[in-house]
Amino acid sequence: MVSNYRIQGATGEWEVVIGLEVHAQITSHSKLFSGASTEFGQEPNCNVSLVDAAMPGMLPVVNGECLRQAVRTGLALNAQINRWSRFDRKNYFYADLPQGYQISQLFHPIVGEGEIEVSLDEKDPEGTVKTIGIERIHVEQDAGKLMHDQHPTMSYVDLNRCGVALMEIVSRPDMASPAEAGAYVRKLRSILRYVGSCDGNMEQGSMRADVNVSVRKPGDELGTRTETKNVNSIRFIQQVVETEARRQVDLIEDGGTVVQETRLFDPDKGETRSMRSKEDAHDYRYFPDPDLLPIELSEEFVAEAKASLPELPDAKRHRYENELGLSAYNAAVLTAEAETARWFEGLAAESAKKQGKPEADVAKAAANWLISDLFGGLNKLGVDLDSSPISAAQGAELLALVADGTLSGPLAKQVFEIMLETGDDPEKIVEEKGLKQTSDTGAIEAVIADILAANSDKVEEYRGGKDKLFGFFVGQTMKAMQGKANPKVVNELLRKALG
Amino acid sequence: MTDITDLGVAEIRDGFRGGAFSAREVAEAFNDAVAGSDALNCFIVKTPEKALEAADEADRALAAGEAKPLSGVPLGIKDLFCTKGVQSTAASHILEGFVPPYESTVSGNLLEAGAGMLGKLNMDQFAMGSSNETSYFGNVVSPWRRNDGGNTPMSPGGSSGGTSSAIAAHIVPAATGTDTGGSIRQPAAFTGICGMKPTYGRCSRYGMVAFASSLDQAGPMARSVKDCAILLEAMAGYDAKDSTSLNEPVPHWEAGLSGDLKGKKIGIPKEYRVDDMPEEIDALWKQGVEWMRDAGAEIVDVSLPHTKYALPAYYIIAPAEASANLARYDGVRYGLRETPDGANLQEMYAATRAAGFGDEVKRRIMIGTYVLSAGFYDAYFTQATKVRTLIARDFDQAWDSCDYLLTPTAPSAAFGLGDLSDDPIAMYLNDVFTVPSSLAGLPAIAVPGGLSKQGLPLGLQIIGKALDEQGVMNAGLAMEDRAGFTARAEKWW
Amino acid sequence: MHFTRLQQRRGDASRAAMSVDTQTVLRIASLARIAMSEEEAERLKPELNNILGWVEQLGEVDTSGVEPLAAVIANHTRMRDDVVTDGDKRDDILANAPVAEHGFFAVPKVIE
Repeated sequence: MVSNYRIQGATGEWEVVIGLEVHAQITSHSKLFSGASTEFGQEPNCNVSLVDAAMPGMLPVVNGECLRQAVRTGLALNAQINRWSRFDRKNYFYADLPQGYQISQLFHPIVGEGEIEVSLDEKDPEGTVKTIGIERIHVEQDAGKLMHDQHPTMSYVDLNRCGVALMEIVSRPDMASPAEAGAYVRKLRSILRYVGSCDGNMEQGSMRADVNVSVRKPGDELGTRTETKNVNSIRFIQQVVETEARRQVDLIEDGGTVVQETRLFDPDKGETRSMRSKEDAHDYRYFPDPDLLPIELSEEFVAEAKASLPELPDAKRHRYENELGLSAYNAAVLTAEAETARWFEGLAAESAKKQGKPEADVAKAAANWLISDLFGGLNKLGVDLDSSPISAAQGAELLALVADGTLSGPLAKQVFEIMLETGDDPEKIVEEKGLKQTSDTGAIEAVIADILAANSDKVEEYRGGKDKLFGFFVGQTMKAMQGKANPKVVNELLRKALG
Repeated sequence: MTDITDLGVAEIRDGFRGGAFSAREVAEAFNDAVAGSDALNCFIVKTPEKALEAADEADRALAAGEAKPLSGVPLGIKDLFCTKGVQSTAASHILEGFVPPYESTVSGNLLEAGAGMLGKLNMDQFAMGSSNETSYFGNVVSPWRRNDGGNTPMSPGGSSGGTSSAIAAHIVPAATGTDTGGSIRQPAAFTGICGMKPTYGRCSRYGMVAFASSLDQAGPMARSVKDCAILLEAMAGYDAKDSTSLNEPVPHWEAGLSGDLKGKKIGIPKEYRVDDMPEEIDALWKQGVEWMRDAGAEIVDVSLPHTKYALPAYYIIAPAEASANLARYDGVRYGLRETPDGANLQEMYAATRAAGFGDEVKRRIMIGTYVLSAGFYDAYFTQATKVRTLIARDFDQAWDSCDYLLTPTAPSAAFGLGDLSDDPIAMYLNDVFTVPSSLAGLPAIAVPGGLSKQGLPLGLQIIGKALDEQGVMNAGLAMEDRAGFTARAEKWW
Repeated sequence: MHFTRLQQRRGDASRAAMSVDTQTVLRIASLARIAMSEEEAERLKPELNNILGWVEQLGEVDTSGVEPLAAVIANHTRMRDDVVTDGDKRDDILANAPVAEHGFFAVPKVIE
């Protein structure tokens, strides 16, 4: 589909062209080329080996798990896996880069071309699909961290992050609106989390993007792009696209030209600015790192990586729709995050077991409860699914109590609220609070008799044709029964009594 | 009794084990020799206490029946190797005062084998040089002098010039060297000793200050082929900390030594024949051919057609790698820092590196930076690495018709200090016979063959197939036996 | 071949390929982060041109269809297991630092 996002300029409409380079920290215990820990939040320079500090004579040795995760990620993006790849040195001087070069992959990346299908409308996941090309994925070292606010005339250098493995996932310039860029990053993050190759935690910096933006008049050649570095949230990525596209349009329309440069996003001001400190760093003098041999992956290595992949979000979504009968929307919501799908599948399996039915028969109710009740409840509590006070087994128990008629809908709601508060099992709550629904016809009939007697005028009206009053009698009966009466039985008995 | 300092590694080891002398006596004798050698300027750091400590441990171990392969043997260590707790500078100002909290694998292997350390040997700065005139800590002087009665200070060769000078002067029995384009073999030839560059990957590069990673290789230097074999056995071995280390068993090279070359073919590469090469070098080469024939080998002519391109390829590849390898010397984490008033970070880098690197190092960093820079990469660097493939292929084809190659080690005898220091390319040409095998990663040994008319040592080189250090040393031994090189520099220092 | 020819070629080539001017020398020095005055660059220029002219003879080798040498001696990449075996040695890391404060290396303030 074609984006209709346009910037309105003084000289007419402009299109925006976006490409993203997403740097994703590969989930691993130790660094890409050293045995130091990757743990976050340690004391400065404690997760640093002699290799990371680039002491004289220190040499890199590659962490096989990092390569395996890059290959798994590539496979998940239907990308070409390069069985022969190589590390190169990217040379530049900066205080967060002890070697004076970053070990990266320019000439022969480990993963080649792939693609991601992105849906732009969550409510209509099938209707608005766009395919974003992946140009390549390469593996490289992260840099250290500079702190500028600790000392009046000095910057402090912490090398804890230095050498942590990153995947750089480079997209084609296939996105044309902030929404598409956001959807792409959300989908990519979802896949990385399914695969388990990156935790996708943007706040901690495990995932960040360099945002390439250019503008052009519709149908024109590509314009000159700028690259805004290290943008660390989806909201900011979208903001960068908006403000940078607007800046470029204004610049061009004022008679200026866009300079190909590196920029920095200031979230407080909501604007990008030129990064002067890196201006002269563009001649990186890449060449193959002679400390490392080419990486030759065996067929078995790739096959094992492939076999280890879980069911991925698109496949899962289709299965939820086709085999479990979920609506497209519910299937999309439940598969958007690996954690949600895992929770849902636990709930559906438990429900099927408890109710003695196939999963397909219980999945719909489970999905509805999870999406409307549980998500709503957790939202109010302000917690994530992974810290839900209600377990999947408890949720299944609650659904089973509704299915077998023990709880009415309103009763189930009451039990759910208590579960949310206490984390107790639904059966225990039903037992202790006496919330069990009753189908005792004698008791219900007695209550109905009282209500009809007390409202003889309304009985007359009803019998005179005011059908809507039936609901009033149901409500009164349920109220008198403290909500515990089986609504079906109440309906039957009321109809009989009202003639 | 013989002077202990005249003994080589095998003799010291065997004499110590046989009770002829204690390890402490050996260490003291060499410590004295080291202390009296300042005129040669072989050492950047002297570590007599380390030598004594290892000697006392050796004496204790021998008494307890726990002597190790190199117990009782004190050695010199080239300053390119990082040594734990002992200043390691690669003869540069930029690393002056740097005390590594770690030990290089090669020096560690030697210490682990029982050897002691007499000190850190002077060298060309960052191993860049062929005359030992680029050290921040001053020139190393060869113990050799011309027989013209003058006292012109002669170059000991480079970059392992402190090593070659100290061994030739009997200040150390043997020592480590490193070879990137000839830095073991050329100084060995200049000083009348043996030097062995093993197959690339035999010795770990971990903890060895990097010059050109795809070429750097540690090796032994000593006064006999046998001593080289003993040392290399201790130095070599697979190291998981070096990705380019070869995972191959270390043969018992000493036990396998044999000077019998029956059934072996020695190739004489015609491209190494230089029309106006000094006549005495050519004569020695011819003499070498006769010695090989005498040892039972068959002599064959071979061709290595891309030989003439080896030096230019080397002088692109080595500086390119060096330009990146030396980027870490930036004044942030160790070594020299120069911060002119008000300097920002990048100005601090530039000032530090300008003050910390010598002229030759700067020259090579500049060349390396240039050949990698935008627009020049393919024409220079890529082309050089392709030519390197052709050079390696030349050797592969030669091995179809021979087992080893015999060549001169250097195109001339030693020159006087200062003779070539104004002409970088003339200096680079010193490595014309050693660079091709470095580019191909092949093992090669330099063995002294005789003296020039001026009374200076001349050497011959044996090059072998990858991993065939044994064959190379055997051919070297056959030559050593026949050359009977016993000349030594008269003590003047 | 070869000793003399190399020397002669050096002469020819340095005349033929005067590609590096003083500004280029200064730019390379800046890329390599080596402070250099114009006078020093002026002095270095002929040296660099000599060397570059000399290595330019590589251009005459036909390398079509030849791959760059990837590994000097046949060898294959060994991969490390993903276990923490190193780090936790801040004292060693900072021991040689020209300036270290509060567990950090310190450098002149950087304005990004």
